[in-house]
Amino acid sequence: MDMALTVLTWALLMAGTFFLLTGALGMVRLPDVFTRMHAAGMTDTMGAGLILAGLLVHALSAGDQLVAVPVRLLLILGFLWFTSPIATHATAKAALSGGVRPFTLAGEQSGEQSGGVSPPGGSGEEPGGARPVTPPGDGSGTGRSGEEQGGASS
Amino acid sequence: MFAVTAAALLVAMGLAMCRALLGPTAYDRVLALNNIGTKTVVLIAVLGFLSGRPDFLDLAIAYALINFIGTIAVLKYIEYGDLGAPSRPDGREAN
Amino acid sequence: MNRALWLWGILFAVWLLLSGHFETLFVIFGLVTCTVAVWVSVRMGIVDRESLPVHLIGRAVGYVPWLVWEVFRSNVRVARIILSPRIRVDPSIVHFRASQATDLGRFIYANSITLTPGTVTTGVTGDDMEVHAIVQSEIDGSEENDMNRRVAVLEGKDPR
Repeated sequence: MDMALTVLTWALLMAGTFFLLTGALGMVRLPDVFTRMHAAGMTDTMGAGLILAGLLVHALSAGDQLVAVPVRLLLILGFLWFTSPIATHATAKAALSGGVRPFTLAGEQSGEQSGGVSPPGGSGEEPGGARPVTPPGDGSGTGRSGEEQGGASS
Repeated sequence: MFAVTAAALLVAMGLAMCRALLGPTAYDRVLALNNIGTKTVVLIAVLGFLSGRPDFLDLAIAYALINFIGTIAVLKYIEYGDLGAPSRPDGREAN
Repeated sequence: MNRALWLWGILFAVWLLLSGHFETLFVIFGLVTCTVAVWVSVRMGIVDRESLPVHLIGRAVGYVPWLVWEVFRSNVRVARIILSPRIRVDPSIVHFRASQATDLGRFIYANSITLTPGTVTTGVTGDDMEVHAIVQSEIDGSEENDMNRRVAVLEGKDPR
């Protein structure tokens, strides 16, 4: 029984580590900020979730402090799973309204950008600065185009 | 086994730090920093188990709160140029 | 009023579980602190259906495990994309229609979409969800329709 719990702890920790490293690799490999968000979401959900679940199993099998430690672990897990999508959504919305155009396969094939690592329109260092107002693709920036000018003038 | 997980967390944080240093836009950096923060929360929890001091979990909870608020604050500052400006439903700046 | 009692109970439970002290003095401190916190919250008018959705707890028991399973599945999918030797992504922005009746339901739906890797909600206007998908061809809408229906059920409305 104890053996089985140890194996389960190992399995959960290693699975979490796998998703964690894969997500971190995706942060480096993927082409633009929007696709990297998916990789970041991976580490936030499964990476952190499985590692904390492994710690939870370990704490339950260890037996001492049966209440305090699992409750804290569950609180951390719940908080991460609640806030991670909000932070991701805020980043996506800020990037869209800041004029970053999402990377698309069609855009890369037509050769209008350097492709690879740098996202389209991402040459400027600071958003909201001197970059021209570029409404994001797909008509997604409805009613937001005035924001850029406001940010530049302030 | 906690040592292995902690080492993997450090490697992942290093990769995310690469993105924070390279990332062409400010949003890449914010995303990477938020990601590093999440990994820090998990790392603190793992370190608590590694050293046999579960009190570290309280620090992890506090860090999770700070990380979220910090990310939102930085994003709001980037987007509106002002932490105090209320974001109106039409997305226009208030001042 | 009922909701304020819920808030008080949750706060006091968190106090007891996190402090781990059950001496009389600490319990009295907890009672006073929770009461003051609830009084301030009620006075500020922030205790309502959106900030404390306790009416969803019963149905959330069925929704959360399904969501965790869905998150796991899409994690595996995105991991396969990242680990493939040559990255083949075809990201695009797609639109979904949310059929939830309340803002809270739409909030839960949008967050569920973002929580599953491979899809990130970038904007919500009315009942229109603007979603960034990492591989366009794999988002055929069937899973999102399923999620949409389940959130509508979670919210307690008949799915339209």
